[in-house]
Amino acid sequence: MSETKALESMIGEEYKYGFTTDVEYEDFPIGINEDIVRLISGKKNEPEWMTEFRLKAYRAWTEMKEPSWFNATYEKPKFDKLQFYSAPKNTPKLNSLDEVDPNIRETYEKLGIPLEEQKMLSGVAVDAVFDSVSIFTTFKEKLAEAGVIFCSISEAVREYPELVKKYMGSVVPVRDNFYAALNSAVFSDGSFCYVPKDTICPMELSTYFRINNMNSGQFERTLIIAEENSHVSYLEGCTAPMYDEHQLHAAVVELIAMDNAEIKYSTIQNWYSGDEDGRGGIYNFVTKRGACRGHHSKISWTQLETGSAVTLKYPSVILQGDYSVGEFYSVAVTNKRQQADTGTKMIHLGKNTKSTIISKGISAGNSNNSYRGEVKFSKKADNARNYSQCDSMLIGQTCGAHTFPYIESANPTGKVEHEATTSRVGEEQIFYLQQRGISEQDAISLIVNGFCKEVLKELPMEFAVEANKLLGIKLEGSVG
Amino acid sequence: MLEIKNLHAIVESEGIEILKGVNLTVNKGEIHAIMGPNGSGKSTLAKVVAGHPNYEVTDGDILFNGESILELDPDERAHAGLFLAFQYPVEVPGVTNTTLLRESYNTIAASRGREELDPLEFDDYIQGKLELVEMNPDFLERSVNTGFSGGEKKRNEIFQMAVLQPVLSLLDETDSGLDIDALRIVADGINKLHGDDDGVVLITHYQRLLNYIVPDYVHVMIGGKIVKSGGKELAFELEEKGYDWLESLATVNGEAK
Ligand SMILES: Nc1ncnc2c1ncn2[C@@H]1O[C@H](COP(=O)(O)OP(=O)(O)O)[C@@H](O)[C@H]1O
Ligand SMILES: [Mg+2]
Repeated sequence: MSETKALESMIGEEYKYGFTTDVEYEDFPIGINEDIVRLISGKKNEPEWMTEFRLKAYRAWTEMKEPSWFNATYEKPKFDKLQFYSAPKNTPKLNSLDEVDPNIRETYEKLGIPLEEQKMLSGVAVDAVFDSVSIFTTFKEKLAEAGVIFCSISEAVREYPELVKKYMGSVVPVRDNFYAALNSAVFSDGSFCYVPKDTICPMELSTYFRINNMNSGQFERTLIIAEENSHVSYLEGCTAPMYDEHQLHAAVVELIAMDNAEIKYSTIQNWYSGDEDGRGGIYNFVTKRGACRGHHSKISWTQLETGSAVTLKYPSVILQGDYSVGEFYSVAVTNKRQQADTGTKMIHLGKNTKSTIISKGISAGNSNNSYRGEVKFSKKADNARNYSQCDSMLIGQTCGAHTFPYIESANPTGKVEHEATTSRVGEEQIFYLQQRGISEQDAISLIVNGFCKEVLKELPMEFAVEANKLLGIKLEGSVG
Repeated sequence: MLEIKNLHAIVESEGIEILKGVNLTVNKGEIHAIMGPNGSGKSTLAKVVAGHPNYEVTDGDILFNGESILELDPDERAHAGLFLAFQYPVEVPGVTNTTLLRESYNTIAASRGREELDPLEFDDYIQGKLELVEMNPDFLERSVNTGFSGGEKKRNEIFQMAVLQPVLSLLDETDSGLDIDALRIVADGINKLHGDDDGVVLITHYQRLLNYIVPDYVHVMIGGKIVKSGGKELAFELEEKGYDWLESLATVNGEAK
């Protein structure tokens, strides 16, 4: 077996989160129309304004067309066959962990996310979203003491309507794009976080998204607001069972940072990616955007994308406030028939704004991995600066890596620095490390971790180990 | 310690035979020099001994301490005490020299039943090795060979040799790329590292290095075979006469086979 083959087989290591949980689901009709949108809103006991928001979005969506400008091909989701809401029975509103279906609890245990607070990593609060509903949120009381609100978005709509009304759709407008419009109409659950003025959130916040139902889509909606002088770090993790059919995860995430506020948003995305022939796997179509509204505010996106059959995702920052900072750190790993078209947009509106983009793409198998980035300096953005670095690593001969950087500057004082490299994990590198006594698996692990180092070090410490492990699972395994 | 017997090897992808029956024996405490013109198969020999996957051994054998190592993976050969200083050391971005060396040292130590060192002990341990090749400590925290000059890469190879303490070292063109001062330092280092219990094979096509490291034996490789062996005087003879006078030897033997 050639070394390249060994490499590919390592990366092709079996998906460990592909099991299905046996739960009874509430009945819900298939397909989408205004009645279904109303039904979803009704299930969640939403106020009238929320229902109207959804209906407006639905009507907008019906007039929009599915986009096709990206570097990926896939069979379009059949919206009339999809179930847009999927909730396990008997889990209406949970105040105690005892009320959670034991099967679902066990699911989270198996995923390494026990929901009992004493078993958790200390200092990490978790919101667990199972298909369309949030199952449980930990450490709520402790966060409340600090004045931080952390709950499911459904709960926020009911409990904090003024905040939701004010901010939802303010960064990603309903008509922003096809999947954002769809999400706005049918969004199921996700997290809501509000950090008041002068507050440092006392723990890491995280949400674990699990898609279990074969025929349902998941429409995550997350909203994070950091008031003046506040700081919050949030992480999301994603897994799903292995099915032969594709499933849709279409999310909208909005972040808002006021004066001097900082939001750090990290993602470890490990949805099921489909098999060798491209059967099954998640369509991960996501709109994530942050607004640096205040001066000296900062929004930082870090993502480790290893799963999904198709990923279309461009976490972006609108740098409105003077001296605001946007960052994007990304590792995207594709293998088999996976397709990822991911990158970022940095829109500089304020003066002295600064953005950094570090993107690391690793492609193996027959996969296709594209970086797409846009840096825009508006007329008023005096002294804006951007640094972009996009590196691609190829493993084997049958994968593709592409970079599409776009730069648009309407202000002559702006400075852009762009670097890009492409390398191949060489047999020579592996042989060199092996000659130094290191096994082939460890050699690959070292090389890949070295390649991604600048990004991995941006992940919150509590999750660094998990990230390394995930890269390990993705990149190690049986050597023939 | 190392016995290479009638070794034939081909490039796996193309089927071209590069090594055409190499014989060489290295005993403990000896230094051997392999010389020869470019393209004669010196690096290939070193890589085949180290187990490079691009080459396939089609005939003959390589014995290390009396046992064939042909079936061993490169890392297993390293565990047995084999070290190759590469002619073209490879860059590994993002992996620091210290990380690599600690991992190497401990893996080899574990497999040989020696004590592994924790990061602090390891730090102490390598300080002395740095001095041996007068290496700037800043290099420890830099990515392996990344952005190193040619000479720095070569010096780094010998530094690694000092840290890993191999039983048999194959040094492939370690002298090329070194200026005269660096050459002296590196050669001194190798001399200090070499003792009664280990063997060294120097691959070079200049006589220059042999002024600093005096070999016990000199071999000439041409066309994938060792065509002549002798003592250190052979190196001077080659310096004077070049390799042409030996070329005929290679062909005659080649055709006679
Ligand atoms: N992987 C390979 N593929 C094709 N040809 C090779 C390969 N490795 C070595 N060769 C050929 O074998 C011959 C010997 O090469 P090498 O061992 O590097 O010589 P030296 O080190 O003596 O200069 C050269 O002709 C070289 O082109
Ligand atoms: Mg050579």
